[in-house]
Amino acid sequence: MVSRARSEGAPKVAVAGLLRYCALAVSVAAQAPTVESEGATHGPPAVPDFEIVPRKGLILVAIAFVLTIAAIESNKLWPLDFLHVAGGASWTIIDLFLGLVLGPIMGRMSIPARIEFTTRLMPKMVLIMPTVVTMTLAAGWQLGIKLGTVLTYYPTHGWVVASYIVVGVMAVIALGLLEPANIAVLVELKKPRPNPQVIEKLMKRFMYSAGILGAMQIATLVIMSKITTG
Amino acid sequence: MVSLALIVIGGIYLSAHLPQHVPLGPAVALLAASAVLLIGNLASLARVEGFAWRRFFEVGRWALLAYAITAGMIEYVFVRNHLSGGALVVLTLSLIVYAVHVPMLIAFTVARYYEPDADSVTA
Repeated sequence: MVSRARSEGAPKVAVAGLLRYCALAVSVAAQAPTVESEGATHGPPAVPDFEIVPRKGLILVAIAFVLTIAAIESNKLWPLDFLHVAGGASWTIIDLFLGLVLGPIMGRMSIPARIEFTTRLMPKMVLIMPTVVTMTLAAGWQLGIKLGTVLTYYPTHGWVVASYIVVGVMAVIALGLLEPANIAVLVELKKPRPNPQVIEKLMKRFMYSAGILGAMQIATLVIMSKITTG
Repeated sequence: MVSLALIVIGGIYLSAHLPQHVPLGPAVALLAASAVLLIGNLASLARVEGFAWRRFFEVGRWALLAYAITAGMIEYVFVRNHLSGGALVVLTLSLIVYAVHVPMLIAFTVARYYEPDADSVTA
C-alpha cells in the first residue's frame, strides 16, 4: 500500500477502482431477488427472536469509550495511535466487507436465510459502527493535535482537510441513511407480521449506502497513506 | 439530510482552521441554516395527521441518549485541548443540533412504517 501510494499512478488506480466498485455495488443491489417473488406463495417466513440492541454488547462499547477517554486524557502517542488506527481500520474493513462481500452474498440468499442472517448481523452493527467511528474520530483529532498534522501550516494539511471532507460525506450517508435503515429493519422484523416490502426497501437502502461508503473508504485509504508517507 | 449536511460542513470548516483562530461567520451561518431546517422539519412533522408519535419518542429517546454520549465525547476532545470562546460556542451548538437531528432521523424512519394494529415492539 505504501509503495503504491508513492507511485504517480496511485490516484488514477484508486479512482478507477472506486468506479468499478460503485458499479458492482449498484448492480448487485438492483439484481437482488425481491421478497415478493420468493415469499408470495408461502406465507410469512419465521423470524428468530433477537435483541435490537444487544445488551451484553453495551459492556464492550463502554470499555471502548473508557479506553478512548483515557487515551485522550493521557495524550500519549501509542494509545492514541493504536485507537485511531484500530478504530479506523475496523471502520474501513467492515464497510468494505459489508459492501463488497456480504452485500452481494445476501442479495443471492433465500429469504429465510437472509432474515436469519439479518437478525444476527444488524444488531451487532447497531453497536459496532457508532463505536468505531467515535473512537476513530476522537482519538484521531487528539493524535492530530499531538503530531501537529491539524495545523494549517503542516505540509500535508491539504490532504488532512481532504480526509475531513471524505469522513464528512461518509458521516452524512451513514447517519442519515444507513443507521436509520438499520434500526428500522430490526424494528420491522420484531413485529408479529413484518411487512416484506418495507424490509426489502430498507435493506436496499442499507446496501446501497454500504456500497457508497465502501467506495469512500477506498478514498480514505489513499488519503491516509498519503498523509503518513508525506 | 440537508440540515445534517450543513452541520457537517460547518464542522469541517471549523476543524480545517482549528486550533488556530477561525473566522466564525461562515460557521455561524451554516449552524443557523441547519437549525432553521431542523425546526422546519419538526414543524412539518407536527402537522402530519396520524403520525406514530408514541413510536417516534419510544425510539428517539434511546437514540438521543446514544448520540448525546458520542457528541459529549467529541466535545470533550475539543475542551481538553483548550478550545474556548466563540469557536467553542459554535462547536457546542453544532454538536447539539447533530445530537438531536440524527435521533430524529432514526425515530422518523421507524415511525413512518408503524402500523396501529401491530403489537408493540420490545428491544
